[in-house]
Amino acid sequence: MTTSIDPPQVDSERTVSVTVNGVHREATVPVRRVLSDFLRDDLGLTGTHVGCAHGVCGSCTVMVDGDPVRSCLVLAVQVQGAQVTTVEGLARDDHQGGQVLHPVQEAFRECHALQCGFCTPGFLVTIAAGLEARDAAEEITEEEVDELVGGNLCRCTGYANIKKAVRHAAATMREDAR
Amino acid sequence: MTTKLFGEPVRRREDARLITGRGRYLDDIGAGALAAAFVRSPHAHARVLDVDVEAALDVEGLVAVYTYEDLTGPMAEPLPVLIPHPQLHAPRTGYPLANGVVNHVGEPVVMVVATDRYVAEDAAERIVVTYEELPVVVGVDAAREARAAVHEDVPDNVAARHHQETGDVEPALAAAPHTLSFTQYIERSACMPLEGKGVHARWDADDASLRVYSSTQASTSVRAAIAAKLELSLDRVEVIAPDVGGGFGVKIVHPWPEELLVPMAAIRLGREVKWAEDRREHFISSAHERQQRQEITVGYDDDGRITALDVHVWHDNGAYTPYGIIVPIVTATQLVGPYAIPVYRVVVESVFTNTVIVTPYRGAGRPQGCYAMERTMDRIADDLGLDRAEVRRRNLITPDQFPYDHHLTFQDGRPVIYDSGDYPGLLDKLVALVGWDEAGALRADARSRGKMLGVGMALYVEGTGPGPYEGGHVQVLGSGKVLVSTGLTSQGQGHETVFAQIVASELGVPIEDVEVHTGDTRRFGYAVGTFASRAAVMSGNAVALAARGVREKAIRIAADVLEANPEDLEIDEGLVQVRGTPGASIPLRTVAVLSNPLRYAFDEAAKQATQFAKAGSDDKPPVAEGDAPGLEHRDYYSPIRSTFASGAHAAVVEIDPATWEIDVVRYAVVHDCGNVVNPMIVEGQVHGGVAQGVGGALYERMAYDADGQLQNASFMDFLMPYASEVPDIAIDHQETPSPLNPLGIKGAGEAGVIPGTAAIASAIEDAVGRRITSMPISPTELYDLMRNETAERTQASLQTGVPA
Amino acid sequence: MKPAPFRYADPRSLDEALDLLSDETGAKVLAGGQSLLPLLAMRLAAPATLVDLNRVPGLDTVEATGDGVRVGALVRHARLLRQTPDAQAAARVQPLLARATANVAHPAIRNRGTTVGSIAHADPSGEMTSVLALTGGSVTVATPAGRETVGWQDLFVGPLETSLAGGAVVVDAFFPALPERSGTAFAEIARRKGDYAVCGAGVVVTLDEDRRVSAVRASYISVGLVPEVHDLTEAVAGEPVDSADWAAAGALARTLVDPDTDIHASADYRRLLVGVLTERTLADAAAEAVQRSAA
Repeated sequence: MTTSIDPPQVDSERTVSVTVNGVHREATVPVRRVLSDFLRDDLGLTGTHVGCAHGVCGSCTVMVDGDPVRSCLVLAVQVQGAQVTTVEGLARDDHQGGQVLHPVQEAFRECHALQCGFCTPGFLVTIAAGLEARDAAEEITEEEVDELVGGNLCRCTGYANIKKAVRHAAATMREDAR
Repeated sequence: MTTKLFGEPVRRREDARLITGRGRYLDDIGAGALAAAFVRSPHAHARVLDVDVEAALDVEGLVAVYTYEDLTGPMAEPLPVLIPHPQLHAPRTGYPLANGVVNHVGEPVVMVVATDRYVAEDAAERIVVTYEELPVVVGVDAAREARAAVHEDVPDNVAARHHQETGDVEPALAAAPHTLSFTQYIERSACMPLEGKGVHARWDADDASLRVYSSTQASTSVRAAIAAKLELSLDRVEVIAPDVGGGFGVKIVHPWPEELLVPMAAIRLGREVKWAEDRREHFISSAHERQQRQEITVGYDDDGRITALDVHVWHDNGAYTPYGIIVPIVTATQLVGPYAIPVYRVVVESVFTNTVIVTPYRGAGRPQGCYAMERTMDRIADDLGLDRAEVRRRNLITPDQFPYDHHLTFQDGRPVIYDSGDYPGLLDKLVALVGWDEAGALRADARSRGKMLGVGMALYVEGTGPGPYEGGHVQVLGSGKVLVSTGLTSQGQGHETVFAQIVASELGVPIEDVEVHTGDTRRFGYAVGTFASRAAVMSGNAVALAARGVREKAIRIAADVLEANPEDLEIDEGLVQVRGTPGASIPLRTVAVLSNPLRYAFDEAAKQATQFAKAGSDDKPPVAEGDAPGLEHRDYYSPIRSTFASGAHAAVVEIDPATWEIDVVRYAVVHDCGNVVNPMIVEGQVHGGVAQGVGGALYERMAYDADGQLQNASFMDFLMPYASEVPDIAIDHQETPSPLNPLGIKGAGEAGVIPGTAAIASAIEDAVGRRITSMPISPTELYDLMRNETAERTQASLQTGVPA
Repeated sequence: MKPAPFRYADPRSLDEALDLLSDETGAKVLAGGQSLLPLLAMRLAAPATLVDLNRVPGLDTVEATGDGVRVGALVRHARLLRQTPDAQAAARVQPLLARATANVAHPAIRNRGTTVGSIAHADPSGEMTSVLALTGGSVTVATPAGRETVGWQDLFVGPLETSLAGGAVVVDAFFPALPERSGTAFAEIARRKGDYAVCGAGVVVTLDEDRRVSAVRASYISVGLVPEVHDLTEAVAGEPVDSADWAAAGALARTLVDPDTDIHASADYRRLLVGVLTERTLADAAAEAVQRSAA
């Protein structure tokens, strides 16, 4: 009755191939490895931080096929073949040997939206994904700002400057969209 | 002019790496290191009868297992009592790994080292520890009543009795026209940085040296502790605090067991070992703070002026006292706030409970003290039918009373003498900022929407920047780069920026040329640490003094070369020049080259330098007596005592009388930390502090059950505020420079959190007309209070018939 | 906080999945994983094998018909909140689903977690269990023996416990359409926005042709061990919708529920909220019923 050609594989270990920040990466890992550990320990991308390991703080948020998800709540084997974007992949190559920061990265610096910086990658990825998914030409509403920052914990900033940075980044993207 | 940098909202220099994922936090270091995990006590109080590791031994990837039996020398002794105090009569500390008894859930019993953390947890899970449970003491009342003993040899559970008085309180109370007495409680929260603790250790057998990275607030002291406990010479140990993902106090405690055990394992195994604390571990084996029972009696006159204050604090210090009684001393001495209290007596009894240790959390005893004092002010106002702002105003220390001596002894052993401030000014600004006098209109508007509205305020004075010292080192390289180092650590306060602003301003160089390093014992060996709002005051002034030393030397060398009078020279934009004589100048980087008489022309800078080199006198050594090669200077700042910052907060709350949900709809802060180095960073500190204050007032508590199990040891159930729970904050500034230090600054790190609980309690009480005597308060508790027929009502509510 | 060892398979068909579940002892289904992964990290669950449904085709559809909305096992919460034709159709047929879904956690969780997974997880604090109950819904369960429909009453046995056998896969959930002349509403009170609710309420109000109240039903979250539906009709039966005494319905609801005390709220407080939320949501649901009656 099975429709696939090969019998289903039940594995303790798998080779995971994934495109991270536009680069093909591959590593063989135990199947219990969560994506956050895979990115950090197997691929050396330590920009993604683990703040709680149970899906509440949002520090480990990365994009999987464009959508922000908690990388501590996804197994590495589950992203086989997917496109993953981490904080290291938010800036764009300027083709002159440097990088152009994403507007939300610029805004975080400009608005002092980070202190210790530990939760910052999760906020940046979540906000970048959210801003890219909306119509940049539209002025951002306070409801949208609240939604974009509302699911991540920060213990340092009290959030005021993070919200300010979202408005700032949205304004920049609006300018660029014109 | 570069000197403008001081006081400017300069954008942070640390951000470039942190926003691109290039920060280096503890767990980002040492890829491939062995991982440590711990078997921790599941019981709050028990004897350890047996540890059976057998089942763990066949876990593939297991490298080592350590129990107390494996500890030798000083490691087998109790952990140090870092800050002994004569009145801490029964100090107790645990062992790096439990020695026969465990006194709280989470206490480490066994350390497992394996190829990675997954495997280490597999092995830890298989280790069987047999316990005999003992009676458990949870909560300050259970401890106070000695329902059981935490430590067998301390049957009353009292670790310390601390006592200070400024006069004869009993006659003063007897003579007071009015007195009132009340008891109130405040509960536990915790620092809860987003990054837990962590340690990485690497032993270099060839060099016989140890390098340790720790997510700490005090790398120099961790170094000393490791050297002492592992019997290494201090020069064989280096400790580095990398990027640290928040501290708020919990990382000032040292040595944590893991800070000793991980290096121990690294040495024994000859391999890198790392431990990155997970969230559950952080909840049950780090530190908490805030729980106190406060019994207060106050005497006052018809105008509401306090004539005598008598406070008895029962302070829960948890299972052990590694950090001494700093927190309750801070409560005792900072309680008086901005007020002139003619006679004050405070007795603190610090008691053991079978819970996680209590050590400083941002505010470090001040939020509790502020809560005691400010709620007292509210009571007096209510009793006399006076405006709460007016009662406070009448009791304030006035600007002409500075320096104001409270005749108390502060946590640093120095007198509590306020150096400067303008407390009536703060209050006036606060009243205007929050619209205190228009509260009636706000109340009416809320009532029309079916809501109950209340306003509350709280003032505080915060001793900041305690000694004994911090140091700074400034060095100008031949490249023009200015290296600045100081020993204290950073956890997000922006030290790389602030200290660079100070040095750039003092030295007259572009900030881009300045590079700041903190918390690295390889660069600076003497330091105290980052706590007590002391970094800007202590290291800020130290690096300023060091920069002035460099400046003086640079001018001396340049004057020689330019054949100018040193008094005529200035440094601006990295150029030493004769004031008013364009062209007569020499770059600071060239001066740096000239400062070292060994000048092989291995680069352009050195070649350039040679053209200025004068033929030295054959009679003098190339390095003059008392001089040293290089353009650098090291200096220390050591204050006579703390400098006292101050502030005033007000909260406006709306309460839904159907659901008893509490919403902080307006929050106002007036803040005085003396001269401000970087207002953007200071405001950021205030924002973060206020968020923690709101959290502590309405959301966060450590929910222990009677068995000493922490029921909410996760971010799901320990309710740290998200953005949705934090109100918008209006901030106004006042600057009363400190006369105690060269830069005139006072600390700003902790201030934002201090008055939150007091101000919000006051606002809720104002809204509902019932006494709030325990904080934090949640909607379910407010509901219980409102339907409790015997709950005390405020006089104001009885007179005005506030709906309740 | 690292999961204990397990084995993993990601079958490419439902039959493969069912085979694996019956062949492997201690096997557990993985779909969105947003409830399971925290349990694994805390080692509160330690399945021997995870059978990941994510690569099984055909489970990611949202079908709205006149009868109701059928949501496949791999449909993420976020999908029901998007402005796509299938989600919009679902919201017209049974508006309660999207309304409740908007209260589920935070966006990053909704991007991964599934409606069906929430139901199979059977957490009485979750929104979806209550929605299934209130709408009179059911799930389609596949076992090696075939498919069967299990109504919500037969599904929920206790907190985090369903009647389903270990080898079963819930392939979809079916939420019957909102009846004619009916309106619905959902509200919850959480300590922090996005948290599991301290108390939540979903209600359905049905009017007769004269705009009098003919039926009122409610279901609550974080109240009781399993989702229940309470009939509140008697409190307001026959009353004109514009002057119905919703407070009376709320008062009745308070007498019907049996909530628990935990660290976030007492049983009494939850009962209070049941009353308040019932009254508030009924007013909104009635407005919708009026609107839909007019249409």
